[in-house]
Amino acid sequence: MTLQAAGWFEHPAAVALARRHRLRAWEPIPWLLAVAFYFVFPKYLGFGTELLITVLFAISLDLVLGYAGIVTLGHAAFFGAGAYTVGILAKRAIWNEPMSGLVMAALVAALIGLGSGLVLLRTQGLTLLMLTLCTMALLEEAANLAHDYTGGFDGLDSLPIAPLLGTFEFNPLYPRTQYLYVLSVLFVCFIVVRTLVYSPFGQSLTGIRENTLRMHAVGAPVRRRLVLCYTLSAAIAGVAGGIWAQANAYVNLGTLGLDRAATVLIILVLGGYGRLYGAFVGAVAYMALSHFLSKFYPTAWQLGLGLLLVVIALFARNGILGIAEAAARRLRPRATP
Amino acid sequence: MTSPLLETRTLCRNFGALAAARDIDFRLEAGARHALIGPNGAGKTTFVNLLTGVVPPTSGAILLKGRDITSVAQAQRVKLGIARTFQINRLFRRLSVLENVYIAVAERVGAAPTMFRPAGTRRDVVEEAMALLETLKLTPDAGRRISELPYGRQRLVELAIALGLKPEILLLDEPAAGVPSAESHIILDAIDSLPREIGVLIIDHDMDLVFRFAERITVLVGGAVFASGTPREIGADANVRAVYLGQAARG
Amino acid sequence: MILGVDVASMLLGGVAAGMVLFIVSVGLSVTMGLMGFVNLAHGGFAMLGGYAIAQAMKLWGLGFVAALVFGFVVTALVSAVLERLLYSRLYRASELDQVLFTIGLVFMMIASVTVLVGPENQPLKLPPFLQGQLNLGITHYRTYSVVLIVVGVVIVSGLWLGFERTRTGAQIRAAVDNRRMAESLGINIGRLFTLTFAFGSGMAALGGGLGAEFLGLDPQYALKYLVYFLIVVAVGGLGRVTGVFYAALLIGVLDFTLKKYMPQGGTAFIYALTILLLLWRPQGLFGAKTA
Repeated sequence: MTLQAAGWFEHPAAVALARRHRLRAWEPIPWLLAVAFYFVFPKYLGFGTELLITVLFAISLDLVLGYAGIVTLGHAAFFGAGAYTVGILAKRAIWNEPMSGLVMAALVAALIGLGSGLVLLRTQGLTLLMLTLCTMALLEEAANLAHDYTGGFDGLDSLPIAPLLGTFEFNPLYPRTQYLYVLSVLFVCFIVVRTLVYSPFGQSLTGIRENTLRMHAVGAPVRRRLVLCYTLSAAIAGVAGGIWAQANAYVNLGTLGLDRAATVLIILVLGGYGRLYGAFVGAVAYMALSHFLSKFYPTAWQLGLGLLLVVIALFARNGILGIAEAAARRLRPRATP
Repeated sequence: MTSPLLETRTLCRNFGALAAARDIDFRLEAGARHALIGPNGAGKTTFVNLLTGVVPPTSGAILLKGRDITSVAQAQRVKLGIARTFQINRLFRRLSVLENVYIAVAERVGAAPTMFRPAGTRRDVVEEAMALLETLKLTPDAGRRISELPYGRQRLVELAIALGLKPEILLLDEPAAGVPSAESHIILDAIDSLPREIGVLIIDHDMDLVFRFAERITVLVGGAVFASGTPREIGADANVRAVYLGQAARG
Repeated sequence: MILGVDVASMLLGGVAAGMVLFIVSVGLSVTMGLMGFVNLAHGGFAMLGGYAIAQAMKLWGLGFVAALVFGFVVTALVSAVLERLLYSRLYRASELDQVLFTIGLVFMMIASVTVLVGPENQPLKLPPFLQGQLNLGITHYRTYSVVLIVVGVVIVSGLWLGFERTRTGAQIRAAVDNRRMAESLGINIGRLFTLTFAFGSGMAALGGGLGAEFLGLDPQYALKYLVYFLIVVAVGGLGRVTGVFYAALLIGVLDFTLKKYMPQGGTAFIYALTILLLLWRPQGLFGAKTA
């Protein structure tokens, strides 16, 4: 009996399960590309910075949507909360150190995420969707009303952000510091999210997403896990918002708007949700297309985007990565014994 | 007299005008081998849903070892020792067989909330999960996705999960339904070898299974307890037979 | 006395706005209650219908009422085709897929209209008999507001009668309450839904045309008021015609009065109220409580 038990951990199924979190060969590629971008396209670092921030925001959404299965159209609430935290503190000369500013942004966003999550995650389906929308809209209205603090419709500009580590200045014309700063923050946050996703906590989130009733039936405290996930995701979205404010030295109501929330959802789905790297793929694809098309042909862009969404919903719900996975499966010979 | 393991008192559940459970008084003792039978639509699954907290009762009480758990949430009841299988499989279809059971065992031993260590690396959880799969002859399928398995084998996984929760009370809703007869002995053997102290309630239509397994049978008709007693008493009860034959005559 | 008159005329405006909200949203509520389908493109049908009505009046010189009928029919037909071809493929899909599909659809609607007609506001000229003011004893009220209220009451009564007294209405109610049971009773859910969807979209078109005076009519209409339609539906309770009616009145009156007295915080108040209401009763004020 003991002999047999000693063998279980070496059973191929167990080994596969235990090895799942291991780094795959291609995983360093996006990071190497991001570093290469810095050297190869020095003139596009502004675009690159915006891209990386979008990836960070999309990763935060992937945590709640792709892994916990919470459909929200209000995630910009946390992005904006982080952005305004940084903005108000900087504009009012209370605090403008960038890295600690991000921590504060994360805390504020997490607090709002915790509060709203405790209350909203009692509901599901359309009601939950509605409530996420209303919460974000409410926050947007509040920011509009408190225009003494938030600058109202015009927002706060020329935020005096202190140099990074005391030495590296944020130069709006040459965003080199911004780019590397955002890349580093993205890297750290990504590691956090990746660890989370492959942890038992992340596993239970997957279980909740796949079959909530079953998770209840194995004694999992479902709501507690969801609230925790929502709060963590809000914190990361807050970091994304905070760093956006720092990189642009600017914050406005758009950080809290439906436009931003819908765009990040589209980006994540385009790349493929629940796959961690979908955020990268989606952001690159979307922003590359949008950069070239939406400025010149805005109506055609909207038409094309709409068509893309319809096609995705009908035929390619797992996005670009989903298509890639399906293709890879077909090409790889069947490995089952 | 010690309180029974699980007890209901005048348990009622209405869905609008439909009375799915009517004044059910029920006792499950420790170590019981109890079967719940009745014609289709008698409210058997509703009863299990009431016991496990999936559905709240309209009135009445549910007691676990004398403690009132009527308003205790479903997940909490699992922690208190009540586990069930579902009539229709509720599994994580895109995960492997091993992972399905792993999740249940991890939940039980408290390994689940861990956030910063990788999942699937707890040796004790893996070994317990694999041992469970072995008892249900599922080891060859351990690495396969649920969706790739035939329905009958999925049913075995459903049972494995419930066993992985190490319950004191096990509620099995038609455990052998959908399992091909060549494999149904696996389930029967697993039920036979359950620890004696566990109280087991089985719902099933297969009378061979019921009479082989049960030491006590309750008959549910129209949401109310129709008859209750030993297998011999129930088997000899003319009214019970009439209910079943009458059901068959109506078609 | 003057305060009373002011309040009354404001209430009137709010009620009229509420009627428009009701007429547009009732279709969304019933289809969501019936099929559980999150249709964020519903505002798009209202917008398309409004444009059809405006174009009919402008290009073919149809009268207001005739154009309304035209808009209803055209939108109902178009939506029925879309439902049969596309929507029906997503009934069993996840909520996310439904959200994505309908957002994509509404984007396409907005873009098409912008290209075909232009991005500006479409003025809908009211016929002379609907313009001006009515003398109702104490003071004058805007004729159009009164007409809208009357139309709204007629529609809700007609719908209520339709649901309570006709067989189709009973089938819809049964299916909203318990779809599986309704199917087992032999009710053809697919056909029922196409009918309901088409009718609901037609109603939305009607609302788009009738409400153009208050809410304007431009391509962004489809998304601008979407949150309001969703609020009305969620607060009223899915599939409850009377629920949508009262919720629409509530939101309409609130919005109107708040815009006058609290122009700064009015919308925030409505969002906060919606959150509180939905937390207290997630199924809506009149919705059926799920187990």
